[in-house]
Parts: sequence; structure tokens; C-alpha cells
Amino acid sequence: MRRPLVIPAAAAAGLALLTACTAGTESSGPPKVGASATDQTPVTIEFWHGFSADSELKAFEDTLAGFNQKFPWITVKATKAIQDDQIIQSVRGGNPPDVALSFTTDSVAEFCKAGIFQDLNPYLTASKIDGPALFPKVIDEYTQYDGKRCVLPMLADAYGLYYNKKLMQGNEPPKTLSELADLAKKLTVKNAKGDLEVAGFMPISQMYENSPIHTGVMVGAKWTNPDGTSAIGSDPQWKKLMTWQKDLTDWFGYDKIEKFRKSFGDEWSADNPFHKGKVAMAIDGEWRVAMLADSAPDLDYGTAPFPVADDQPERYGAGFITGTVIGIPKGAKHAEAAWELVKYLTTDTDALVTLSNAIRNVPSTLPALQSPNLKKDEHFQTFLDVFANPNSTTLPAHLNSVFNQQALQEAQIKWESGRADDLDALLADVDKRINDKLKLTAGG
Amino acid sequence: MAAVPLAGRGRGAGRGRRDNLRALIWLSPWIIGFAVFFLYPLLATVYFSFQRYDMFTLEPVGLLNYRYFLEDPAAWRSIKNTLWLVVVMVPLRVLFGLGVAQLITRLKAGVGLFRTIFYLPSLVPVVAGTLGFVYLLNPGTGPVQAILSAVGIGSPDWFGDPAWSKWGLTMLALWSVGDLMVIFMAALLDVPKQLYEAAAIDGAGAWQRFYRITLPVIRPVLMFAAVTGVIQALQYFTQAMIAARVASGSTDSAGSVFTPGYPDQSTLTFPEWLYHQGFRDFAMGYACVMALVLFVVSMMFTLVLLRQFRGFAEEEA
Repeated sequence: MRRPLVIPAAAAAGLALLTACTAGTESSGPPKVGASATDQTPVTIEFWHGFSADSELKAFEDTLAGFNQKFPWITVKATKAIQDDQIIQSVRGGNPPDVALSFTTDSVAEFCKAGIFQDLNPYLTASKIDGPALFPKVIDEYTQYDGKRCVLPMLADAYGLYYNKKLMQGNEPPKTLSELADLAKKLTVKNAKGDLEVAGFMPISQMYENSPIHTGVMVGAKWTNPDGTSAIGSDPQWKKLMTWQKDLTDWFGYDKIEKFRKSFGDEWSADNPFHKGKVAMAIDGEWRVAMLADSAPDLDYGTAPFPVADDQPERYGAGFITGTVIGIPKGAKHAEAAWELVKYLTTDTDALVTLSNAIRNVPSTLPALQSPNLKKDEHFQTFLDVFANPNSTTLPAHLNSVFNQQALQEAQIKWESGRADDLDALLADVDKRINDKLKLTAGG
Repeated sequence: MAAVPLAGRGRGAGRGRRDNLRALIWLSPWIIGFAVFFLYPLLATVYFSFQRYDMFTLEPVGLLNYRYFLEDPAAWRSIKNTLWLVVVMVPLRVLFGLGVAQLITRLKAGVGLFRTIFYLPSLVPVVAGTLGFVYLLNPGTGPVQAILSAVGIGSPDWFGDPAWSKWGLTMLALWSVGDLMVIFMAALLDVPKQLYEAAAIDGAGAWQRFYRITLPVIRPVLMFAAVTGVIQALQYFTQAMIAARVASGSTDSAGSVFTPGYPDQSTLTFPEWLYHQGFRDFAMGYACVMALVLFVVSMMFTLVLLRQFRGFAEEEA
């Protein structure tokens, strides 16, 4: 007779636990910025970052040594190779680091909306830092969401076209998509069986950095409307880009080009096909300059901005921009000291130039970009120019940034492989998926 | 006179309460475990399924997560894929495991060698095995492709073509059939030899001996293999995730987008989409709806298992 009581009692306990275990939403008070500058009590702060390569770690340690000279009472305990989900879990578990760095801007909207990172606007105001005067305008779009600036930029990435001078056979880098297609065909080498030995250019979206966030810039395609809904189906530029990609893919033969792609080594290793002379032209980020200097120092190559749509010659010089972001997670134990580190890594010209010179990323402040100490060469200069170009774009912070990219890339793969033949219907389906997901996650 | 029965009832009731308390104390480890590890997660899952929950903030949304589930093409695609694995991969694995066990139990020599050869792959860690398989079948650099090309035979892009990708995973499942093979071998060796001898004297052929003797005797083991295989298929995750990621060539880096279920969601399984929704997209409320669906379906299969076992027990009794 008493047995049924066990279930309701346990249920009540469960509900009580449920309420207790739901992540809190309380906010900590206003920041006491500047306190650490006057109160020099020794403090140790935890810093999680994603760097893992030896050269990057060395450069990062040198930069932190500079911080330690400036703030000797703040000891930084750095932990390497951290991913976004580890940061999120630590905040949820109530044991976050004082400072965390993310390699991708895809999570910024989520970081801001859910309050995973603290709003840095009060810190900037208290430190009398004028964000718009310090950071290039495009960075604003990926470091804030819905009025909250919960991260700051620490170095930026710009994308362009790399070309192998020997394989180019004296041709100039293409400036339009038509020129790129013509040159890609001309420079391609096939063996007797028709298999590819050298590709002039790999047009498929599955090639390393050919994802739509990067290639969309070549035609000036829009991702979303101001209300966050999808603009992909209604913007004719996506159709233009995908038709161009499909035509060139068909010229190669999808099976042939996939077989060739799957013979490539890891993108981040010395086996990258551009290093090996297997592709004449490739889309990539500015970091490739340092990687080529390290693992293929004898490769004779050049860099140029992306080719653009034939009817948009005025946009030549533009590229895709993104970057590494850094902030103070909710629940950080030493927020004031953490802000000193964030401020140093994101606004100190010497720190940014030191890091940029070592790992060849684009400095993310205007003074650092103009610093005479910034090492420049013909390869890297292209990306500095792309970064400064007013037509260069980024992917604005969106709650479903990763999902949106997946939805479009899935459609692109279907289209270029020939497994879908109605491009309008395919893009309309992408719109529906993105808009439905927005309703689910944001109630839009 | 009236006080006696009252006092008696009091003592009886007191003893009853003490007995109940004692029983409750003895049961408490189970009750606590049940409440913490089953009841609370289940209640929490139901509760969150009515919320927009990004693991930090909660917002009641009524049936929105359920409505989204009904209209989510990826969820239905993952259900179809998972059902394909249940209907095709599980029976093939059971048949292959049984076939290999039959062959090995009939060998006159080399039993140990063949048993080891067939059993070893099941000891290989799942991730390593999957990586190895995708490498072997890579259309660009894989040795299988190279050998087939040398003799003039083309090979499909096993993990890159949606028509072949689930067959690629099935081949991987057959390769690691050693765990089932061992169970079947034990069951086959348990079949009384005199039954075969009697059947042979009566003129029964090989098929009749298998159908009339072997199959009925090993039926409980077959049922166990089938139902646990179905439950494993409902939870199929790691191999599909690894194969899709490696075959797509996607790296887990900024700017590199991984499309789960590559190619064309053909390897997207239900648990994989559930994980993706909950821990990659942080749509935890929606992931809870999917978890409840998986729970209900798994419970149905478990009930079938229990019913079948009860049937066998009654038959034996």
C-alpha cells in the first residue's frame, strides 16, 4: 500500500533537484576596472586558449612574458588546446577560467545571448577605450551580438588566393570567376587514364577552405536578412556562385575530382597539395604564408585577392575576414586581473605585433596594422590589403551560425555532385531549414 | 475487553511499520540509485522538452520542440537511416556471425587459428577500426582501390557516395563480428550430438538437420543476438560519426564546416543527430524530445526481448 508513495516522493525530489541543477542566470556586479592597477596583491589567473602548435605556443609564451613584465603581480597559468565546448562546460560547472580564447567566431552569438562570457562594454568604457576608433569596422560584426560585446578580437584572419608561379606558366592571377575557370582548365594536367595529376583550381565546396563562408565573398552573397532569417534562397548571388562551381566541377568530372581530393594529405600538414604542387591556385588564409615558409621554403608562389563575379569588378580586392576572440567567462574568479590580460592581448600594439610577426596572423587593431615594427612582405601584404578593403566581409554573429553553414554546405555538396538538379528548390529548402531552426532557438 | 484488540492492533501496526521501515532501508540503495540515475534524468528530460534550453537559460515554449521534431527533415532522415541499420545491418551481422561460427565448429584442423582471425577485429577499438576501414576503402589512396584498379575493376566511393555509405558501415560491422561468433560457437557446441546422429539415421539432409535441430536449440541465443543487435543499432554513433568526418575531409577547425551524416546525411543516425542538437547546436530542449523518442522505441524493443525470454523459459519449463 505504501509502495506508490515512493514514486511521487522521488519525483518531488527529482523536481527539486531539477530546479537546483538548472544553470543560474544571475549576473555579477559592475566591474571594478583599474583595481588591479592600484591593488598589486599577487594573483594567479587561469587562461585557456586553443593554440597547440610548437611555433604558436612559443610566440604566445613570449607575448605572455611581455604581459608579466608589465603586470608582475599577475601570474598567468595558461592551458593550451582548449575547444569551445570545454569553455562552455566549465562555465556551466561553475569553475571557469578567468580568461578564455576561441579560434572561431561561430559561437559569439551564443556566448553573448546565454551570458557565457561577460559583456565587455562596461570594461571598455571604464578603461576609456574607444572600440570603433581602435578596431576595424568589420570586427564589430563578429565580436558582439544584440548590443553585447562579450569578446574582443585578438588577431584576425583574411582570406585570398594563393598561386604557384611555376604551375601558372606565366599567367597572371585571375581577377574574375570567368578568368579563374579558364585558367583552371588550362593549367589542369591529366594522365593517360584521365585521372588528375595537377588541378588548376579545385572548385568543389568540400575542398579545404572552399566552404561557402569564404567563397560567398567572391560574388558578394548575403547570408541573412536583418531579422536573422535566411537570405540564401532570395539572393541571386548564391545561385550564380553555385552554377559557376557546378559548371567547372562538371568539366573535371565529379568522380575524378573527388578521387583527386581524397588523395590529398592533411590540410595543416606539409602534405597540403598546394605545398606539393598538385594544385596551381587555392583559396586560403594568411596563415599559409608562415606554413609555406616553414615546410615548403623553396616553393615559388604568389598571393592575390579572390577573383570576383564578372559583373562586380569594383569589388576586386575584397576577401573574407574572421579572427580569434577572447573574453572573460561568467563566474571568473579574478575578473579585474583577467581584464588586464584581455586588454593587453587585444589592444597593446607591441603585443599584437609580436604575435603577428611570429604566427603571421593579421593584427586586429588599427595602430598595430600601422606599426613600423610589423613585418611585411609581398605575400603577407596582400592579406593586410584585403583586411583593409571596405568590401571585405565577415559572417555576422548569428545564434545558429554553424547550423546555417552546414545547411548551405549540404546543399552545395548535393548540387555539385549532381545528386540534386533543381537549384531553386534546393536553396528554398535551405531557407526553410534555417528559418525553422531560428524559430526553435530564438523564437524568431 | 475492548482494550485488548486495540492494544493488539497497535502492536501489530507498530511491528508492520517497523517491518516496512526495515524493508525501505534495505531497499534504499536501489531507491536512491533509481531516483538519481533514472527517475531524475527522465523527469528532467521531460521537463526540458517543453523548454527552450541552451544549457544556461530556460524559456517555456510549450510544444514547439515537439512540432519541430515532426517537421525536421534531418531527424526523419536519421530515423530512416537507423531503421536501415536495424533491418539490413543487424540481420546480416547475425547471419554472418552464425555462418562463420558454423564453419569454424565444423573445421577438422586450424580451429584455433581461424577463431583467432575472426575474433581479433572485435578487439580493435572502434575509432581505430573505422579509421582503418575508411583508409582502406579511400578511392584516392586506398589499397583496396589500388588492387581492384590493377585487375581492371572499379570500386565505388564507399564512404563518399550516399548509395554506398551505409553498406560501407555494414562491411565494418561484419568485419568485427567476432563477439557474436563466439556466442554462436558456444551455442552450436551445446547442441546434443545424438540428435544429429538420430536425424542422420532417419535420412535428414544438412538443411533439415539445421532447420529442425540446430535452429530450435540455439533460438534463445539467436533472439538474444537479434535484440541486442537492434538496441546497439538504435544507439549507433561512433562509427557513423568517424567515417563521415574522415570521408568528408573536414577538420575540426575554424572555418571548416562538418556536415554530420556525410554524404547527404546518408550516415546520419538518430543518436548522432540527438548529440548534435544538444551539444553542438545547444538546442537542448529539442534534444530532450529526441531522447524521449529514443527511450520509448528502446523500451519497446526491451519489452519484446523480455517477452521472448519469458516465452523460452515457459517452453523449457
